[in-house]
Amino acid sequence: MRNTLIIGFAAILLWSACKSGSDKKTLPIYGNRQPVTKTVDGKQVTDTIYQTIPPFKFVNQYGDSISNKTLNGDIYVVDFFFTTCPSICPIMHRNMLKVYETFKSTGNFKIISHTIDPKHDSIPVLKKYADKLGISGNTWWFLQGKKEDIYTIAEKNYLVAVKQDSSASGGYIHAGYFVLIDKQKRIRGSYDGTDPKQVDELISDIKILQAEPDQMIVQ
Amino acid sequence: MNWKLGCVLIAFVAILSIVACQSDENLEFKRYYSSGALVYQQHCQNCHGTNGEGLSALIPPLSDSSYLRKNLSSLPCYVKNGLKAQITINGKTFEDAMPANDLSPVEIAQVLTYVGNSFGNKLNTIDEQLVQKSLAGCK
Repeated sequence: MRNTLIIGFAAILLWSACKSGSDKKTLPIYGNRQPVTKTVDGKQVTDTIYQTIPPFKFVNQYGDSISNKTLNGDIYVVDFFFTTCPSICPIMHRNMLKVYETFKSTGNFKIISHTIDPKHDSIPVLKKYADKLGISGNTWWFLQGKKEDIYTIAEKNYLVAVKQDSSASGGYIHAGYFVLIDKQKRIRGSYDGTDPKQVDELISDIKILQAEPDQMIVQ
Repeated sequence: MNWKLGCVLIAFVAILSIVACQSDENLEFKRYYSSGALVYQQHCQNCHGTNGEGLSALIPPLSDSSYLRKNLSSLPCYVKNGLKAQITINGKTFEDAMPANDLSPVEIAQVLTYVGNSFGNKLNTIDEQLVQKSLAGCK
C-alpha cells in the first residue's frame, strides 16, 4: 500500500519534471521592425516586417559562389575570422567545431565563416584551412569576397565589429561573435564564440529554432 | 646519556636539512610552475587550448612528451622566435607557422616548466639558466 503510494508520487514528480523541461523557450528577434497594415479579404490586417539579412554574394572554399539564395530555408551561424589570426580565431573555431559536430548530419543547417583578410585568404588557402580543421562536405563554408562587402555585411547586418589595424596582433581586430540567423533571415541570437558556455547555449538555441514552425508569428 | 642526546640531535639536524633542501627545490618548481600557468594563459592558451589539446591539424597539441624531451634545448628558441618548419607531433604532421612571443628568459623558463609538467608531461623544472644557455644558441 505504502509502496504504491511512493511509486505513484514519484511518477507524478517525474511527469511534472518532464513537463517543465518541455516548456518552450522562444528566441527573440533582433533588429528594427516596422508595422505594415494591409487589406486581406476586405479586412485590415497589421503585420510586422522584421529586419533581415540583405542579398549578398561570396565564394566558398570549393570555389562555388554562395549567395543569400543558396541559404534559403537554412538556419545558419555566421562568424568572421582570418586564417593567420593568432588571437581569438583558434578558440572560436575550436568551439565552432562543437557546433559543426552537433549539426553536420542534420539538413537545413549551415555555418559560414567569412575571412576578413581576403587578400591573403584565397580560395585554396581557405580550402587548406578547412581540410586541416577536419571539415568536409557542405555544412561549414569558408567564404571569400570583396573586402568592402565583407566589412559592410559584418558591421551593418550581422552587427559584428571588424577593422584592419596594424597595431593589433595579426593586423586585424574583430569581435568573436557567432550570430544565429533563422530561415526567414532574421537575427535570433549573438553569442561570444570564445566562451564555451555561450556556445553551448547557441547549440541549444539552434535546436529551439529547428523546432520552430516555419511560419511562426511572433509579435 | 649525553652522547645519546648528541646523536639524536645530529640525526634530527640531518633529517631537517634534507627536508629543507627538498622543499627548496620543490618550492622553486612550484614558483616556476604557477607563474608559468599565467604566462601560458596569456600567450599560448588561445591557440594550444586550455588542456594543451591544439586544434585539429592546424595547431599541434603540447602532450608529446618525447618530442619535448628530444627538442628541449630548442624549445626556448621556438617560444621566443616562433617556428616555421614542418614538425611531427604524436605521429601527425604540422606545418603552419607559430608566431614569435616577446617573453623574457625567466618567463620562457616558467612557461616551459608549466607545459613540461602539464598535459601528461613530466620534465621537471626548466630553469632560467637553461633557457639563457639555449637562447644563446638560437639559429
